[in-house]
Amino acid sequence: MATEFAFPDNASKAEAASQEFQTEKMSLAMGPSHPSTHGVLRLQLELDGEIVTKCDPMLGYLHRGDEKIAENMTYNQFVPYTDRLDYLAPLASNVAYAIAVEKLAKLEVPARCQAIRVIASELARISAHLLGLGAYGIDVGAWSVFLYAFEEREKLYKLFEELTGARFTTSYTRIGGVARDVPEGWTGRVEAFCDQFLPILEEILTLLTRNKIFQDRTVGVGVISKEDAIAYGLTGPNARGSGVPIDLRKDKPYSGYEQYEFDVPVGAKGDCYDRYLCRGEEMRQSVRIVRQAIKTFPSGSWYNEDAKKIFAPQKAKVLTSMEELINNFMIVTEGPQMPAGEVYFEGENPKGALGFFIVSKGGGVPWRMKIRSPSFCNLSILPKVCPGNLVSDVVSILGSLDFVMGECDR
Amino acid sequence: MTAPADVTAALQAQFPQITPRASGDHPAVNVPPAEAVAALKYLRDEFAYDFLVDITAIDNGVEASPRFTVIWHLFSTAHYNYVRLASDCASDTEPVAPTATSLWPAADWHERETYDLLGVTFENHPDPRRILMWDGYPYHPLRKDFPLAGIEVPLPDIEVADLTGASVKPAPMMGGPFVASAGEMNLTEAEPRAKDESWTERKTKPLSE
Repeated sequence: MATEFAFPDNASKAEAASQEFQTEKMSLAMGPSHPSTHGVLRLQLELDGEIVTKCDPMLGYLHRGDEKIAENMTYNQFVPYTDRLDYLAPLASNVAYAIAVEKLAKLEVPARCQAIRVIASELARISAHLLGLGAYGIDVGAWSVFLYAFEEREKLYKLFEELTGARFTTSYTRIGGVARDVPEGWTGRVEAFCDQFLPILEEILTLLTRNKIFQDRTVGVGVISKEDAIAYGLTGPNARGSGVPIDLRKDKPYSGYEQYEFDVPVGAKGDCYDRYLCRGEEMRQSVRIVRQAIKTFPSGSWYNEDAKKIFAPQKAKVLTSMEELINNFMIVTEGPQMPAGEVYFEGENPKGALGFFIVSKGGGVPWRMKIRSPSFCNLSILPKVCPGNLVSDVVSILGSLDFVMGECDR
Repeated sequence: MTAPADVTAALQAQFPQITPRASGDHPAVNVPPAEAVAALKYLRDEFAYDFLVDITAIDNGVEASPRFTVIWHLFSTAHYNYVRLASDCASDTEPVAPTATSLWPAADWHERETYDLLGVTFENHPDPRRILMWDGYPYHPLRKDFPLAGIEVPLPDIEVADLTGASVKPAPMMGGPFVASAGEMNLTEAEPRAKDESWTERKTKPLSE
């Protein structure tokens, strides 16, 4: 942008205001059921008039003990639980989890499976960012964005349903492959979606990008410096919005991301507006990746055929062949057999780097599984970034961080 | 700044007590708790492992000794490599680890979570509260001796608990994916059914009104 913005120095403004008026501080619980907290997050705010002087996030309202549950079930049984981490982009969580376990098993999946996973993750990213932008629009007073975004999301749901059988909780991946191959003609329909989506995306972004009200609410609000972004462990669009060029798809390519050409958008100032711009651009890049993946969509197997003790055999074979029947029985009852060891894998999810640290002592059940959730880390900056802002700006900051409590609280 | 060819050897040269740790992927080392923070700082300042990914702990089992192992994962935004540090806690009953909050503010919440779920106390942590469970919750749920179903405890809000007599009850584990047998009940009775289908081959169908 040509003009330079002078960011308001809110911290010193707050200090000056409290010096001048000698006001009494007020404590305000924002949430757990507040429309702008996108779920069940409670911010214990300390206010001086309208200016926040202290922010203490209270988590755990959606804590379900996923890590404990993971220790008590087989690797494939946990796939549906990964849907419920980032429930706005379940496909991406499915993929990250499957790759983490495959890393433990030292298992490679065929190129077709990788391409399916890439397309699934990128479509999930688009749907998550659409919701992120739509909900952010509502937070700062632009209702119509949500309606346009949800129409597109609905189209994506249709594609997800065709692919996985479910619109929302997809549970699509299995260790060593995916649940089923892509349906006939699905890639063509994805391409058709991409073709009609790009003009609509431009329209959606036009509603916000040059919108004076939206800019007033976001430009210069909630500035996170590059150093802070790294120190607080921010990942995903929130880190990139602050100018930290980390994107695991580029830096630590997995699932064949190295074959695709795409750019990583990076913000300049690290304010709410930059984070919004990053998300908008990421959707365009996701469309680019999806198109490339479809163009070079490999034929061949969509699961690892050599992993007979890990990937459950096809139903037709289970019913006709003794060996497959035994393998199927063992995989379902005992779980896919894993070697002992420790692995850590992070995937670049819509909200940031979703990591799984798996400690295995062999067998079909993990000994310990730690889920490193990007929303949890992204929220940890709130006590730093909120003080000095107006209460209404807290809403703007929360929306721009685009978190999911299901993933944060696990 | 680039990553050392062998980060384990580089660490061992600086801290002789560090030993290599078995790992399925990234370089990993065992470090005594007393040297953990110094090693983390060394990695951050000398080898550009500037991004604290995660802090967690492993409960090695009720009988095991050392029982608790604290794990740090670092990432570099300069050369994109991971490294894992592990530190066995000296005490099996009251595990203590050093805090990394002086190096990364991100460590704050990770350490609070590790304390909350596994009961590892981080020495000199500026804000040692629980984070996911409520203040005053008596257990550490990720410990191996904590049952999956949970343990009945009073509600966090004592006033509400006094008025209603309600409490947080263990999860019903019947018929879920967790157990193969239905316990005392037979499987047909244990299976959840819609109300008007509550009859089974053993229970007669209720007469319609």
